[in-house]
Amino acid sequence: MFDQKELRRDPVPAEQAENRSMSALNPNISRRDFIKGVICSGATVAAAGYMLQGGQALAAASGTVERLVSLNVNGQVRRVDVLPNETLAMTLRYKLGLTGVKLSCDRAECGACTVLLDDMDFYSCSMLTHSVRNRKIITVEGLSSPSGKLHPVQQAFVDELGPQCGFCTPGQVLSAVALLKVNPKPTREEAALAMSGNLCRCGAYDHYLKAIMRVAGGV
Amino acid sequence: MIADMMRNFELYQPSRMEDALALLDRYGKDGWRMAGGKDSLDWFKDRVKNPKAVIDLMGIAELKGIREVKDGIEIGALTTLTEVEKHPLIQKQYGLLATAARRVASPQIRNAGTLGGNAAQDARCWYYRDGFPCYRAGGNTCYADTPEAMNREHTLFGADRCVAVTPSDTAPVLVVLGAKMVIRSSKGERVVEAKDFFIGPGVDITRMTVLEPEEILTTIQIPKTWAGAQFFFEKIADRQTWDFALVSVASAMFIKGGVIDRISIACGGVECVPRHLKVVEDIVRGEKQSEETADLAGQAAVRGAIPLNYNHFKVPLMQNLVKRAIRSA
Ligand SMILES: Cc1cc2nc3c(=O)[nH]c(=O)nc-3n(C[C@H](O)[C@H](O)[C@H](O)COP(=O)(O)OP(=O)(O)OC[C@H]3O[C@@H](n4cnc5c(N)ncnc54)[C@H](O)[C@@H]3O)c2cc1C
Ligand code: FES
Ligand code: FES
Repeated sequence: MFDQKELRRDPVPAEQAENRSMSALNPNISRRDFIKGVICSGATVAAAGYMLQGGQALAAASGTVERLVSLNVNGQVRRVDVLPNETLAMTLRYKLGLTGVKLSCDRAECGACTVLLDDMDFYSCSMLTHSVRNRKIITVEGLSSPSGKLHPVQQAFVDELGPQCGFCTPGQVLSAVALLKVNPKPTREEAALAMSGNLCRCGAYDHYLKAIMRVAGGV
Repeated sequence: MIADMMRNFELYQPSRMEDALALLDRYGKDGWRMAGGKDSLDWFKDRVKNPKAVIDLMGIAELKGIREVKDGIEIGALTTLTEVEKHPLIQKQYGLLATAARRVASPQIRNAGTLGGNAAQDARCWYYRDGFPCYRAGGNTCYADTPEAMNREHTLFGADRCVAVTPSDTAPVLVVLGAKMVIRSSKGERVVEAKDFFIGPGVDITRMTVLEPEEILTTIQIPKTWAGAQFFFEKIADRQTWDFALVSVASAMFIKGGVIDRISIACGGVECVPRHLKVVEDIVRGEKQSEETADLAGQAAVRGAIPLNYNHFKVPLMQNLVKRAIRSA
């Protein structure tokens, strides 16, 4: 049970402090409302202001984020508790267990964390999870069919002996899938440009390009 | 591996302009406008900038999209660089901007990064980015302008305590095309010419643009002035992907009977702001587009350059890029 006296002693972040002062204002504020306030991420200071003034639903009025979000990942809706400062790579890898999302530079400089959002490739290390709530997220785990049949790009990567150590491979595969979606018959130059945001320390670039050309040519 | 977790901040995702502006008013300097986040998140991860509140602008629909208007085109500040690069009208009439957008960073960064964010991005001097208490950060030293400093990437012109350069690939293009930057705050709207939008350390050493903390760049208007001109863009960087320009050049010309009738030209990577080469424009206007004219233009472009210890190479690089622009555009 929450005890208000108890709460008052704890050092609390601003938004909870706001709730605290609200409950101080209004002793009838329910425990349920209070918990809701805590689940909401920070930034409720403004909201509380609006709420007191107009009774408007604060979140809608000011755009504060709710921490409990639904993400559409690999065709499934996943509910997850997301911090305001959490990157998509963190959520996917450490909360949803999708370890095909690699974290390497964490600075938008390597491509290991590449995922698809609505069929385009993005660095998941450099986006906030809260900014992709309404998008269709695909990681490498979502490419093969449920029966385990590989996506044509994955199969081509295997056939061309694409990966060496394999660390960059999920990102490379996803960038290739994104390219072929908008340009099913790329030239080698177009493919190289589209893949240029993915580093490969093993230097398997040529194999990857060959694999893409294999899929494009229907070999 | 995660080196740094960002510090906590409050995240707002308003979908209406009024709400975003009210939030900026409320937080002032403690608030942070975020578009694609490709500049912002690195600051937060390095814990060099630690805003209390981040206002994610990407939910505001009116800030996105490319529209044809009577006097040219209007590009919402939150339009992504990929959209700018791929847009048929931009490719056809203002190809210079499409080319520059395509040279930014990497495909994944262009898919997320916005034109407004690219123009408004902060300096890439690594002393500053690493949190050194330099002039730009409010201190009283420039760590890049000392005898041992790594200043290969830094300025040739306009040093004033700080020697950082404009990192943006699109900024010189916006200056060349005579773009107008539409800026809004809760108090109203103002329109600033691109050439006045970017500011050097002499004007305000702590920021790169005229944007005040409570303002939002809403639209970038490109007038018809240079539509369909002969364009030239070249960016020299250590790698083709990710790396910022050491020097870049952007130009637009109209040639009549082999003679340069009208010209607009600017360089990136050589000053804190895009360096508009008015002296070059004056020299070549009315001249034949020839090797000789190009030579003169190159020489004039670098006059007055003051290199630092490790960036002397930028002088001939800039000279040659300007020559190429005049010759082959
Ligand atoms: C690895 C890497 C390589 C890069 N290489 C290049 C390169 O080669 N060339 C290049 O030009 N850039 C490069 N960049 C920078 C990057 O491309 C730009 O920072 C990007 O375009 C910024 O767009 P954004 O929308 O992500 O900006 P954000 O990070 O969201 O914003 C950048 C800045 O602009 C402000 N801002 C954004 N939108 C608005 C608005 N509408 N109104 C007011 N203020 C606003 C923000 O407050 C912030 O200070 C690179 C970045 C990285 C991480
Ligand atoms: S981990 Fe995201 S680009 Fe390197
Ligand atoms: S296969 Fe080893 S990094 Fe690419």
